[in-house]
Amino acid sequence: MSLFNVFDVVGSAMNAQSTRLNVTASNLANAETVASSPESAYHAREPVFATILDQKDGAVHGVRVLGITQSQADISKRYEPGHPLADVDGFVYGSNVNPIEEMVNMLSASRSYQNGVEVLNTSKELLLRTLSLGR
Amino acid sequence: MSFDLNSYLGIHTQALGLRAQRMTVLSENLANADTPNYKARDVDFRRVLARADDSMHLITPPLARTNPAHLPAGGAAGGVAQTLYRIPHAPALDGNTVESDVELAAIGDNALRYQATLTFLGGKLATLRSAITGE
Repeated sequence: MSLFNVFDVVGSAMNAQSTRLNVTASNLANAETVASSPESAYHAREPVFATILDQKDGAVHGVRVLGITQSQADISKRYEPGHPLADVDGFVYGSNVNPIEEMVNMLSASRSYQNGVEVLNTSKELLLRTLSLGR
Repeated sequence: MSFDLNSYLGIHTQALGLRAQRMTVLSENLANADTPNYKARDVDFRRVLARADDSMHLITPPLARTNPAHLPAGGAAGGVAQTLYRIPHAPALDGNTVESDVELAAIGDNALRYQATLTFLGGKLATLRSAITGE
């Protein structure tokens, strides 16, 4: 019964979207984090999605998170000699998180998640009606 | 006089299966709405159902696969329906051709038609029941 497959597919999508929300939350939480070197500063993370593909017949079985990449955008550098994390020259290094991008990402992820819930409800309704067929 | 339940229920059983399959395809599209390079797919319902109808009446003989490397000759009612790629109205820059609103509309439409088929089947079964009980 292929309607049951919908649950697997949508489940994988909701899983992926919640990972994306999680990463966005982490980025926003660390937007103001500072460090004493550009390397150890917080780099914005972003999940990469990929289709789960059946190698035999090319059928799609949902979506998965392939990995999480780190943004290579410029790290902001501020002169704060009084800061406990300042380096020898008195600089601290902030994160390269762009809060606007993150908010847009969050909206997109939550909308996609909601779509998943919508499809799940529709499929459940159809299955329930199919089960009561002939009653 | 023999009674064949399959021919009594007619095309509706096949239609129900195809609707369920299309539901899976559409949910796969929605699940991959944020996957780079994913191409949205859909089932050509009219064609697949026509083929299912043909195979029911044994008009077209099934093509034999004499070698495992042969590609299956698309969409028999029992197997997986052949999916075609959708032509997007506005493809995204990352190569993704899923449009959430189009998919949601198609899912709503498909769910409605699934329920219509269920109603047809329910009516047929009710007729059968009233014939059996004779009340």
